[in-house]
Amino acid sequence: MNFDEITDLLRDKFGNGVIKAIENNGLQSALQIDPELIVQVCEELRDNNKTWFDFLSCLSGVDHGLEKNKFEIVYHLASIPYKQQLVLKTIKDHDRNSGTLPSFYSVSEVWRTAEWHEREAFDLFGIHFDGHPDLRRILLPDDWEGYPLRKDYQAAEEYKGIKIN
Amino acid sequence: MQLNKTRYAQLTEGLKPEEMLINMGPQHPSTHGVLRLELITDGEIVKEVIPHMGYLHRCFEKHCESLTYQQIIPFVDRMDYLASMNNDHAFVMGVERMMGIDKDIPKRVEYIRVLVCELNRISSHLIAIGTYGIDIGAFTPFLWCFRDREHIMNMLEWASGSRMLYNYIWVGGLFYDLPVGFEERCAEFISYFKPKLTELNQLLTDNQIFIGRTAGIGVLPLDVAINYGCSGPMLRGSGLKWDLRRVDEYSVYPELDFDIPVGKGEMGKTGDCWDRYKIRTDEIAESIRIIEQCLNRLQKELKRSPEFDPRAKLPKKIIPKEQDFYIRAENPKGELGYYFICDGKTEIPKRVKARAPSFNNLSVLPEISRGVLIADLVAILGSIDIVLGEVDR
Repeated sequence: MNFDEITDLLRDKFGNGVIKAIENNGLQSALQIDPELIVQVCEELRDNNKTWFDFLSCLSGVDHGLEKNKFEIVYHLASIPYKQQLVLKTIKDHDRNSGTLPSFYSVSEVWRTAEWHEREAFDLFGIHFDGHPDLRRILLPDDWEGYPLRKDYQAAEEYKGIKIN
Repeated sequence: MQLNKTRYAQLTEGLKPEEMLINMGPQHPSTHGVLRLELITDGEIVKEVIPHMGYLHRCFEKHCESLTYQQIIPFVDRMDYLASMNNDHAFVMGVERMMGIDKDIPKRVEYIRVLVCELNRISSHLIAIGTYGIDIGAFTPFLWCFRDREHIMNMLEWASGSRMLYNYIWVGGLFYDLPVGFEERCAEFISYFKPKLTELNQLLTDNQIFIGRTAGIGVLPLDVAINYGCSGPMLRGSGLKWDLRRVDEYSVYPELDFDIPVGKGEMGKTGDCWDRYKIRTDEIAESIRIIEQCLNRLQKELKRSPEFDPRAKLPKKIIPKEQDFYIRAENPKGELGYYFICDGKTEIPKRVKARAPSFNNLSVLPEISRGVLIADLVAILGSIDIVLGEVDR
């Protein structure tokens, strides 16, 4: 199934609103999916016998910077039976001064490998995943303050009385 | 924010009287680096494994946001430090595709890249096999593997000037052409190494003690492997013919003749530790075949000439168009991916995310080691072949 057919398949199944935008300016085309429907879309793409996207290659968090105030999750799917790849994106506006974390739905029930990827995104971007069974920091110490890969991150002066420079 | 109780809290709080919480690592020799495994044990039985990592976290992705593409390559070297060439190759391919110059790379450059990558793949697998032997209690294979690996290290040092962290493959070309006499020396090594591989097989692969320790242990079913994002020898050990060198057909791999070994469960069940180990020895033999073909072409139709400049196609400024791109390549450990986001204005990427094979392969460890003995856990962990530099990045 090529990219357009997958687009049609998702529109048929979930309605026109499921795809917010189609990005095809680069080498890899991407579908921007409604954040509310991402888990259902992923399940459909995994289980549909025309797509079989059974392998989640990569899940990345992206911070769009202070002006845009947007957070994004990018899913790189691969289908082993059909030897295909697909890129899905979900974007949410989030005011980073509001004191809360941006929240996305977890796809760890669809692909278990997402569990660690989402923990990494939580650790480094401060993105909360709804429905994640074990959302803890993964690479940084549990008591680390702040989220280092955010564009507005200020490096800490000291860690537990130890000067960092 | 009120979070629900994590699985970790549920596991570690309220242990039963017969259960014990034991730390394995971070300084445990069988964890192959600084990895801490928290074990919930009942006597010798492992009830649950909780991996803790990050001891080697060096903020690779944060560094990338302030470096140019060319400057990132040395950092890429340090991820999977046992297979630096392969890391470089994947990264450089990604940048070249984004620049649209991947078709202009001279054939000789491509063949040299594949040659050094396959040499590095052999040396990475030799480490995996040698240290796996030592995990199980066989000391000799470790020394034999390191002895043979030393030859590869010397050759790659000769080509790049560095023993482990090469920075040899550049965007658009190579650091230098191969030194004069490299092809002959490499051919000599191959003829030396072939009987050694047979010897190694006789020593370890068919060793009854080794088979007893690994066959039927840590069976990884194929559906679990796919669901957990396992790749490389882990996935092939579970019986799936999936090699990105064939699937994506990148570089000059379509022109080369080699097979993809898969696990068949010869000694126990498909997807056990022995299968994963066997895949690595078989892949060494396949890499030897690839190297022979590369050498053949490098000495005949793609012979060195005084006019050949491996830096001729180097772009003056690497500024890819505004786009995002995911590149994947087959590393010794599995699928290595890089996700680039470029803004199209500067030489510095907006974001680079590395999808490390060891990271994903390790995530399946709790799943396949429930209910095994502690000694078997060592065997399972060794068969995954992790490099902590890549897990933690």
